Amino acid sequence: MATLTTPPEVEQAGSSTTTMTYREALRLALREELEHDEKVFLVGEEIGVFEGSYKVTAGLFKEFGPKRVREAPISEEGFVGLSVGAAMMGLRPVVEIMTLNFILVAMDQVVNHAAKVRYMLGGEVGCPLVIRTPNGAGNQLTAQHSQSFEQWFAHVPGLKVVAPATPADAKGLLKAAIRDDDPVIVVENLPIYKEKGEVPDDPEFVTPIGRARVAREGTDLTIVAHSFAVKRSLEVAEQLESELDVSAEVVDLRSLRPLDTQTVADSVSKTNRALCVEEGWSSYGTTAEVAARIQDACFDDLDAPVGRVGMAEVPMPYAKNLENATLPHSEKILGAAKHVLGVA
Amino acid sequence: MAQTKGSANARSSNGRRKRTKKEEDSPEVARLREHYEMMVLIRLFEEETERQYKKAQIGGYCHLSSGQEATNVGACAALLKEDVLFTGYRGHGFALAKGIDPGKVMAELFGRVDGAAHGRGGSMHICDAEYNYLGGWGIVAGQLPLATGAAFALSQEDQPYAVLCELGEGAVNMGAWHESLNLAGIWDLPVVFLVLNNIYGMGTTVDKASAEPEIYKRAAAFRMHGERVNGQDLEEVLEASDRLMTRAREERKPAVLECMTYRFRGHSVADAGTAYRTKEEVFERQENDPIPAFGKALLERGAISSQDELDEIRSRAEKKVDEAVEFAEQSADPDVDTLAQHVYGDPDTADQFARMGPGSPYGERELVLSSGLGSS
Repeated sequence: MATLTTPPEVEQAGSSTTTMTYREALRLALREELEHDEKVFLVGEEIGVFEGSYKVTAGLFKEFGPKRVREAPISEEGFVGLSVGAAMMGLRPVVEIMTLNFILVAMDQVVNHAAKVRYMLGGEVGCPLVIRTPNGAGNQLTAQHSQSFEQWFAHVPGLKVVAPATPADAKGLLKAAIRDDDPVIVVENLPIYKEKGEVPDDPEFVTPIGRARVAREGTDLTIVAHSFAVKRSLEVAEQLESELDVSAEVVDLRSLRPLDTQTVADSVSKTNRALCVEEGWSSYGTTAEVAARIQDACFDDLDAPVGRVGMAEVPMPYAKNLENATLPHSEKILGAAKHVLGVA
Repeated sequence: MAQTKGSANARSSNGRRKRTKKEEDSPEVARLREHYEMMVLIRLFEEETERQYKKAQIGGYCHLSSGQEATNVGACAALLKEDVLFTGYRGHGFALAKGIDPGKVMAELFGRVDGAAHGRGGSMHICDAEYNYLGGWGIVAGQLPLATGAAFALSQEDQPYAVLCELGEGAVNMGAWHESLNLAGIWDLPVVFLVLNNIYGMGTTVDKASAEPEIYKRAAAFRMHGERVNGQDLEEVLEASDRLMTRAREERKPAVLECMTYRFRGHSVADAGTAYRTKEEVFERQENDPIPAFGKALLERGAISSQDELDEIRSRAEKKVDEAVEFAEQSADPDVDTLAQHVYGDPDTADQFARMGPGSPYGERELVLSSGLGSS
């Protein structure tokens, strides 16, 4: 029987943990960091009296008041850019973008400003900014609200991008992001807001940026994923075990920039086969980047071409059956795994 | 500014000039002379910049301030050192007027290590954190949300200072203008949006680009104070800037200050500036050059004693420009080993990226991953 592994930083944090949802873990991280550093403030649409569109900030407005939990108008370019400017002055803004889809109108501020502040100004000024926002699809939200293009940000030097898949990492990575001196995009995920897990109680617990985790140990195939695709991949790994007696290792990337290719390469060198999975479109996607690095780092170890699975390359349709056909669900991942294993 | 102030004091204390006792003692008059000298310095600096550009010592986009000096100097003269300045990409004049050493500005244009942005920014991205000049920015209107955020930070931390954000009249049709003014309005942020209306956004006139071409009136849409001054008159610009910055500092009220000005050169050094305006028009505007006009006014008021003194001021400015070029020429190219320096600033960055090496694109490991990331 394969084992689900515990990351070293969770072990180090001691035995005291609490079971909570991914959403509650994020809220705990925000509360702890608001208490930890008075330079931290939250800003976003409906994060105050409305308690957040997805209730991540519930209770924080009451607890910390309107100055620390700033309710912004629908004006993403404005308040993202405002946060960049505030960060240049030494504050630590934590911006909520209601969903990843709405960041497009603020892309100039993220890519052409936040990412370049420090470099372009010769290291004279920094930008300790966090933007947290959920990606993901499902629930018939359709084309403009069902996207996962976090790799667009991972493409940009100057930004760091993390994507927690578990409640422990939701807390640990968000805290690491807030304490980091550089702009960090924290990609959350709508379908896993309600997932439960053990979260360390230690207020100093953080998940280091740039460290992948082996979520499940195995010997025959490496599945590389991040965010919600990790959950799908773990389910498929169980199916592979029970149906085909195949032992699959699952690597949860956790950070997209920096990308921990060492952990991926170590795994693939052992299993000799790799399948990359993501929620978004695969062309030019995270799977494309990871596959390119695997073929370079593990060329002599590979027994088969690297496989990839992502969302079908169409805008997300509304009809339930069409939406299902678009998502990278377990049947597709299983099929791709069989293909890489040469048993399809 | 310190240098200019020092020389002005030296001049008045040696008593060579024929001035009344009252003028000698008036700090206002001394300051006006400094402002005049700064305007001359900016003009000569920009003329030299164009020459150096044509000699290929300077590359990239390069936008000159010639003709707009009264706005540069008038607005910056209203700033405390702690006040924060943001500008667009036509920033040399503002950088000098904010007090940054001309050598550091010229060295940045030359792409040298001693430049204001250490050779990372160039003409459009001059910056000096010590003087709270947080950058020339290259995307039209992109600096407005940043400046609004700096004002937010001052407000959040109860700092008694304010932000001056320069933009051209071509920037006001961008969404960032609307969003920034709205946020500044609802949150009472201490920021003055200084619109330099030089009539042309590249080659497009303001009345072709703006449904309301009187830009200051647009402030009314945000229930914000807006006003227009003659940007070719230093004292008008200074008076309005001072009043609105004081109001921003003390009452936490944002404002729009529109300065009517004119650029004598093209949009950038690559633009002759003649396709969209007549030579006669440019000539006529140059006839009303703000620098000789201000010099003449100072002469008439006795603030400057003679043509000799005007010439002396010019010689001093010429010398500063020569020294700036010399400084830039002698400064080294940035070391290629520092290529990845300042991409990030967190001290853990090198460790965070330490596991990215395997399978990385050709050269990346040596040039970026192992050499500079995280060092600052």
